[in-house]
Amino acid sequence: MASTAERYGWAVVMAALLALAVPWFLWGVDRIVWGLPVWLWWHIGWMLVASVVFRAFSRRAWGLWIVEPEGETT
Amino acid sequence: MTVGLQMGIIIGYLFVALGVGLAAYRVTDRAAEDFYLASRTFGTVVLLFTVFATLLSAFTFFGGPDTAYAFGPEWILVMGLMDGLIFAVLWYVVGYKQWLLGQRYGYVTLGELLGDRFGSRAIRALVAGVSLFWLFPYVMLQQIGAGGALSALTDGTVPFVAGATLITGFMIVYVVLAGMRGIAWTDTLQGAFMLLAVWSALLWVLVAVDGGIGTINAGLEATNPEFLALGSEFYTAGTMLTFAISIAFGVAMFPQVNQRFFTASSETVLKRSFALWPLLVLLLFVPAFLLGTWGRGLGLEADIGAGESILPVVLAEYTPAWFAALVVAGAIAAMMSSSDSMLLSGSSYFTRDIYRPLVDKDLSETGEDRLGRAGVVVFAVGALAASVWAEAEAFGAATVGSILVGIGDLAFGGFAQLALPVIVALYWRRTTGAGLVAGIGASQAVYIAFNFLPEVGVGSLTLFSDTYLGWGISIYCMLLGLVVTVAVSATTTANPEANVDDHFGLGAD
Repeated sequence: MASTAERYGWAVVMAALLALAVPWFLWGVDRIVWGLPVWLWWHIGWMLVASVVFRAFSRRAWGLWIVEPEGETT
Repeated sequence: MTVGLQMGIIIGYLFVALGVGLAAYRVTDRAAEDFYLASRTFGTVVLLFTVFATLLSAFTFFGGPDTAYAFGPEWILVMGLMDGLIFAVLWYVVGYKQWLLGQRYGYVTLGELLGDRFGSRAIRALVAGVSLFWLFPYVMLQQIGAGGALSALTDGTVPFVAGATLITGFMIVYVVLAGMRGIAWTDTLQGAFMLLAVWSALLWVLVAVDGGIGTINAGLEATNPEFLALGSEFYTAGTMLTFAISIAFGVAMFPQVNQRFFTASSETVLKRSFALWPLLVLLLFVPAFLLGTWGRGLGLEADIGAGESILPVVLAEYTPAWFAALVVAGAIAAMMSSSDSMLLSGSSYFTRDIYRPLVDKDLSETGEDRLGRAGVVVFAVGALAASVWAEAEAFGAATVGSILVGIGDLAFGGFAQLALPVIVALYWRRTTGAGLVAGIGASQAVYIAFNFLPEVGVGSLTLFSDTYLGWGISIYCMLLGLVVTVAVSATTTANPEANVDDHFGLGAD
């Protein structure tokens, strides 16, 4: 059974993953690193990070908000 | 020579698909659940690739690279957010919950699940009806695309009508035989082919271009420096987010994708595929869209507005003829077969959620299996007739045809309108049937009105525009659907025959 901290922690992590999928802080930047725009490298790294985070979620917290009765709005 | 080779590859592909269909038919039970869902037996790789190939085969090779060629490679970020992240989260939020309920109560369609949750046949039919409204014209688009592609490839030797009829006829035989299992098997082959093709093409171009990536980037800096900087007049934050959000939610409600949530063989399969989504998106879209962008940097020309595609041009310039022919023919074959999953899902929505509950309640399992196969024929022939009619612009067809094509183009946004009311129903106990119906009805009506009615100025406001403050109308309609579902649920009482307890507290036993 996940603690409240874990429940909200995962929600924050997921929200952060979504919010920074587009690197807004690189807006307008056209620097090229190793042949590709630097923002494309961010994308490549971010997708790898997302995969690792999703894997961790599926191992440690799968079922959160769904199979736990108190995770649901009553 | 190349055309002959490409036709050979396309026909060869269709025969391989038929062979797979036949093999699948031999291991298939004559029951609706097996025909529609392969008896819920898919493993990770098959499930991932079948969801992917079902939606994105044509886009990976044509639409995506063309967008990157015309406007710059930022579309890669849109796809990453859309399919790598938002859809993956929905895979869990919608998919896992649906899968759990499907395992317990044997649901085959989303309409069936919701109809049972609210104890209402009307809701079941409504969800199926709204889905078919968007799906039917979308299938037409696929047929028009397939007929057009064959006609273009053969320089008109195979006319549009013949091409579209040929493909539809093949599709009927194939889907009726193969069912979900056979379709998923060929999708898996397609997925492997796509991965291999885009990476080989990327490496080939890098090796073949004198000076490699340096030359390409120098070309881009000279002609389209804005392609290298993040953002542009086309790629504004509002546009990118509108596309990513509304398409991702739309994908989750597209019948052929949503139904696949039920097909996973185990929780482990869902977990693994959840974590693999971002990787698959990365591996397919980065090389495919880079090829489109590089086409610009290499000074190649394709008239996208006139229906040309950049990828075949890049391949023809830098890879051997046989490889270019193989990839282009494979992509066309994949595009042509992408309506197979839609035919199957469309048929199941119709027979299971509309015909069986409203017309013939006592239909047996084998009876439904036969009816489902007949439904595929009816759906496919109907869409073909509408496509041919619209293309021929016979009496009145130009108007109706353009409306149908318009609906097909808006299908992702239309399906996206279903998502939030459905998610509320899945997660909030107090959702009522009236709330769900009102939420779906309001968002669909407003979305359709704003897309089809002409713009009207009311004071300083413009009514029926398709963007406001830089955000697409589909986003506002989604929010409207959410608010209406919650508000109406809060002010109405639940149907006493609703099976709420069955759908919540799933960990309790």
